[in-house]
Amino acid sequence: MTTKQLEMRANEIRKAIIKMLVSAGSGHSAGPLGMADVFTALFFAVMEHRPRNPKWEGRDRFILSCGHIAPVYYASLAYAGYFPIRELSSLRKFGTRLHGHPHNLETPGVETSSGPLGQGLSQAIGMALAARLNKERHRVYCVLSDGEQQEGQIWEAVMFAGNYKLNNLTAIMDRNNIQIDGPTESVMALEPIKEKYEAFGWHVIEVDGHNMRQIIDACDQAKAIVEKPTLILAHTIPGKGVDFMEYDYHWHGKPPKPEEAAIALKELRTLGGKIRSEHE
Amino acid sequence: MSNYFVKDYLDEKRIEQAPTREGFGKALVAIGEQDERVVGLTGDLSESTRMDGFQKSFPERFFEVGVAEQNMMGIAAGLALSGKIPFITSYATFSPGRNWDQLRVSVCYSDANVKVIGCHSGLSVGPDGATHQALEDIAITRVLPNLIVVAPADSNEAYQATIALAKYEGPAYMRLTREKSPVFTSSSQPFVVGKAIHALAGDDVTIITAGPISYEVLQALEGLSDRDITCDVIFCPTIKPLDQDTILKSVRRTKAVVTVEEHQIDGGLGSAVCELLAEHHPVPVERVGMPNSFGQSGQPNELWATYGLTRKSITDAVKRAIKRKSS
Repeated sequence: MTTKQLEMRANEIRKAIIKMLVSAGSGHSAGPLGMADVFTALFFAVMEHRPRNPKWEGRDRFILSCGHIAPVYYASLAYAGYFPIRELSSLRKFGTRLHGHPHNLETPGVETSSGPLGQGLSQAIGMALAARLNKERHRVYCVLSDGEQQEGQIWEAVMFAGNYKLNNLTAIMDRNNIQIDGPTESVMALEPIKEKYEAFGWHVIEVDGHNMRQIIDACDQAKAIVEKPTLILAHTIPGKGVDFMEYDYHWHGKPPKPEEAAIALKELRTLGGKIRSEHE
Repeated sequence: MSNYFVKDYLDEKRIEQAPTREGFGKALVAIGEQDERVVGLTGDLSESTRMDGFQKSFPERFFEVGVAEQNMMGIAAGLALSGKIPFITSYATFSPGRNWDQLRVSVCYSDANVKVIGCHSGLSVGPDGATHQALEDIAITRVLPNLIVVAPADSNEAYQATIALAKYEGPAYMRLTREKSPVFTSSSQPFVVGKAIHALAGDDVTIITAGPISYEVLQALEGLSDRDITCDVIFCPTIKPLDQDTILKSVRRTKAVVTVEEHQIDGGLGSAVCELLAEHHPVPVERVGMPNSFGQSGQPNELWATYGLTRKSITDAVKRAIKRKSS
């Protein structure tokens, strides 16, 4: 896919997120919208995977640690072909395969179960160790939120990955600066994140989490780091693409109402037109 | 029935003594030889959880996690979801104590094939005191869907159970002990997950027990002053899933039950038995266990005496249960 095609795909995924959330009537808005570009880069440019054969042994493993941004995960999986796009409207409803938080035994393409924060990086490490033991070449990608850095288990895992020099592991942090109770730096300050990870033996790359080329280049660069795991610190705008949601922590944990969704979708359609014309 | 025991198993002076953790450690090396998928992880407790044998034999398949039980549980989940069979060891108070949420979500909910080995359970940890005496581990594990819970009676049964758990597909918790205890079960008996053992036949009361305290039950019965009382004894090393058929078959005949375990009286084997009987065949039940209390430092026998985990407590419970039957 070209950069323009990827940006268009991210825009489609944002629209799908809005539709899913308004239909579900509950769920998180800001995080999924903010991570649409990173997910698009991973699922449509960076990772080796076969949506028609979700358990293909050579696939890169993708672990979503912050399970609450499930809508962007499900939309990415659907657009990649793991299940029909129309199934997205079943999000959070009785009988669905798309639960409020991801569950590996239900959703094609989902590797683990997550939701309670701080657990994903450890599982990604387990998969990276297994790949190393088996001398397999695939990589393990783990998406983390910034708020979940407050969990102790994260730092146990960060310490382990640095100590074991897990160079087949790439973590990507959604640095959107918000969590449920407010800005991260006023709830429980996280900075300096880059220096903290570096002190634990990681290679850290900072990117604009809405710049497709930067995200893809950082993932490529991580493959060349042989002595360390890599953290891609992706600076994102929570609610990205929907003006009234951007930067507002109140949108962390709630869905849009139907009239708000209509406005959001209109904005995203305009944004789509802009992307199309910009590249022409 | 009788081939469940070693010869002269009641001879306390001559019976072999070994901690259950030892049987585990030897078995892990044995299955490590047979199955390359087996990997071992520990949280800075390799020697005392008897992971050290595996560590020496298979250094490339051993992972020292450091003092980080939550991370250890998660790493094990990731390894299991990649086709490995991870055994993780620590003290039961830390794993599954400290990392219960990781056990619930990363392992059980995902149905990850992780074997959680909790050492140093029970009062017999002794001098370390209450913080290290795991007396709640059965309660917090048997409530989790997809998880099986195993408490071997001696080192031999721990050996057999370890082999069986490696072959069993799915999450499992096994509780082990530090202190030496009599090795009274016969190695000719294979361990079958979910199967209780009808160890002794009797008519007046069914005694259901698990863990090294099972041997105390046998000795207590030898010391029963009333020789007319006979007890049906069921060893129940798999606490979840409970072997309902074996238990109900016995209880329908005896119509009274005593449970004996080195665990809090609430939430453990005794509670599991009460749940079963309340639904299927209500009879008087007397539970011998830790009486809703924390322990303290001391020698195991001092602690057992203080908290009522003695042979006399067992025989008293037997008499009470029989008395309640007729009242």
